[in-house]
Amino acid sequence: MGILEGEKVTKFFGGLAAVYDVDFKIKEGEIVGLIGPNGAGKTTLFNLISGSLSTTGGEIRYQGKRISNLKPHQICKLGIARTFQSVKLFGNISVSDHVFLGSICGTTSKTKTADAQAKSAILLELVGLSARKSDLAKNLPLAEQKRLEVARALATGPRVLLLDEVMAGLTATEVNSFTTLIHQIRSGGTTILLVEHVMQAIMAICDRIIVLHHGVKLAEGLPQEIAKNQKVIEVYLGTDAYAER
Amino acid sequence: MDNSTGLLVKRVFSSLLVLFLATLPFYMPPYTPLAVTSILMYVVLTVSWAMFCGPTRYMSLATATFFGVGMYTSAVLGERLPFPVVVLCGSLVSFLVGLLTGYICLRLRGFYFAIFTFGLNELVRNFVLWWEGRVAHTVGRWVVLVDSLTIYYYMLAIVLLTVLVTYFINRSRYGLILLSIGEAEEAAAHIGINVTRYRILFFALSCFFMGMAGAVMATKWAYIDPRIAFNPVLNFTPVLMALFGGVGKMYGPILGAGILTLASEILLSRFPYYYMLMYGILFIVIISFLPDGLVGLTRRWRKASVMS
Repeated sequence: MGILEGEKVTKFFGGLAAVYDVDFKIKEGEIVGLIGPNGAGKTTLFNLISGSLSTTGGEIRYQGKRISNLKPHQICKLGIARTFQSVKLFGNISVSDHVFLGSICGTTSKTKTADAQAKSAILLELVGLSARKSDLAKNLPLAEQKRLEVARALATGPRVLLLDEVMAGLTATEVNSFTTLIHQIRSGGTTILLVEHVMQAIMAICDRIIVLHHGVKLAEGLPQEIAKNQKVIEVYLGTDAYAER
Repeated sequence: MDNSTGLLVKRVFSSLLVLFLATLPFYMPPYTPLAVTSILMYVVLTVSWAMFCGPTRYMSLATATFFGVGMYTSAVLGERLPFPVVVLCGSLVSFLVGLLTGYICLRLRGFYFAIFTFGLNELVRNFVLWWEGRVAHTVGRWVVLVDSLTIYYYMLAIVLLTVLVTYFINRSRYGLILLSIGEAEEAAAHIGINVTRYRILFFALSCFFMGMAGAVMATKWAYIDPRIAFNPVLNFTPVLMALFGGVGKMYGPILGAGILTLASEILLSRFPYYYMLMYGILFIVIISFLPDGLVGLTRRWRKASVMS
């Protein structure tokens, strides 16, 4: 049994199938990449898993229990946390309070203030933001804002972490240190599903890759298999016929 | 000045202010408490408005509604129950109407929320008007009179209660939660905050204090009808007062309500014909030059003194 599973997950926006009949299974401790061209339905699938959107059909299960159509805060409390493609921080709240909020709100049991503060300090150390803890989130550069989103999500104590393009817009050095961070998070026991366009990172960190195209699952497999997959190459680069012309 | 001395100064200053207000009727002419009562009323309305609307940035234009609900409760129950119970009932009814309102407008954000709340006031006013005409066969109601000194002390107590509750909310984790909802509601939901529940609960809590003020003030005005109780002007004044004072800090709305009520009383007595005109100009100046209110001004001064 996977920790997170989808069966014929479908989402229609009017007549448009943003996600159609997608099956997936993510095992505990895996790092799985979700790739596909723009408009493939990656973020929609994330929104369905995290409860921002309700499914039109199919079922999403977490630890064997159905979670599709639960509210975002319920899903977070169950143990699935996420970051956002366009950073959504609390601009006028300090860095440490972001993580503090995550730890007091993200669990079903009431967390003591002192415990939450101790946990925040550890997480800020992990993402390398200890020196910035009293700064307001809006004053951080993009790379640090993205790290803060990860820290805030981790503060809720997730078993599964959904990362939506955390490396978009970062420099090569920043991508490298982010890759290290993701490995560290996984060794802490958290399963990771990530949407990413930075191929260098995807190939380096993912155990498995799922490819979406026009809302449908196109391929699934190990990074080296996906890199050689004819259908995936066609989707990303066009067919030979196009290339020759 | 570091943080701890700053806090000490604030505490000493607010205790002195409370002491002054509590002893005021003993050495001031009898009309002074009367005038101060209306300042206290605006302080309650502004602080309770800012309690919810400040951090969450949901602009409610229904202060008059909940104030009026308190007034009508007071008018209906005034003869049957002792005054403290009447006041408590006024707050509770207002709280319940607040819960219901919060529940109905769950999905509304931004402008839609503001317009809904403004429409709510019209709805409630017209409903009461209809009810009084058709069912109760009356236009307005007489309210049991309470002497002005009692009203003064009740309002002072309500101010203290409202300010203390707001203070403790702001300092607690709930203050941080409300602020996070105002900053990025979607993100707040995804870190486990039941946004809907907090929105409804704290909106209703702010209504509780508005209703409480209404229940007391009704006895001062002696006669109310729907036009008086649900006067739409009162939907806007707390907003303007809070913006003038600045919503970033606890004392902003208090200062704003205090100064503007005082200013309008003075303008009204000195320049009865130009009063509204001058008040309007004052507002334009404030909004144009003090975007963060008085609180922003003190912050600018502090920055300047640090620089020099």
